[in-house]
Amino acid sequence: MGKFTIGCFSSLVGSMSLDFAVKLAGTALEKGHKVDLWVSGNATMLSLKGQRAFKDYSHLEKPLQELMQKGLTVTACEACAEARGYHKEHTIEGFKRHSMDWYLASAFDADRVLHIGGE
Amino acid sequence: MATTKLGFIVQRPPYKSENPKLALTHAIASQSVEVYLNDGDIVTADIAFVGDGVLNCKKDQKAMDLYKLTSTETHVKMALLLDLNVLVCKEDLDRFGLTENDIVLNAEEFGAEMTVKVVPFAEITKMMEGVNHLLFF
Repeated sequence: MGKFTIGCFSSLVGSMSLDFAVKLAGTALEKGHKVDLWVSGNATMLSLKGQRAFKDYSHLEKPLQELMQKGLTVTACEACAEARGYHKEHTIEGFKRHSMDWYLASAFDADRVLHIGGE
Repeated sequence: MATTKLGFIVQRPPYKSENPKLALTHAIASQSVEVYLNDGDIVTADIAFVGDGVLNCKKDQKAMDLYKLTSTETHVKMALLLDLNVLVCKEDLDRFGLTENDIVLNAEEFGAEMTVKVVPFAEITKMMEGVNHLLFF
């Protein structure tokens, strides 16, 4: 089985890119692949806990937690999060926070890197 | 010991979005990635500015004066200081009526030895073919 590194830079609300990235990560995990998901820029919004679920807005906390239990590694860019006021105490349990070199290190031994740019 | 080559392709203009700056900061992060890797393993980052992205290289940017923000020009200079390979598409510069005189070419004031290379798109294609993974910003 292979390793996917998915980088996503689009916001949770206002774009469907993170929905796609999380769905893709789930599908890859189901097929037995290892998946690292990196969120940077506006995508660090994904790391915020306690977001209220409305039917009109993307809400991925629950599926994300299920995928993390299945082995998904999710990491947010710490600087991007801090710049937006998303501090460690606001972060979903299990969601990691690192500097940008973590993404490059994950890409180092990835079989495929899928980079989904921002808005 | 292994090397993974990454190609950062910047195609968005500066300041309209965060993308170009994130491309540069992520590419610059290749210089500290070793902390996560085994001894001898490295990640290299080549950066290419194409399309509207060449506007990121315009020199004499005033982002610090006007917005109190580090300019993309400064980030390009930091990339040069860290010996990253920075390419700018000549055809796209021509499209904007820009020449080498209009863009940042070096970071001599920081002591950088690397310079920006203005190259035909064919050279950028070669770079893209030579890397392990491409990241479009």
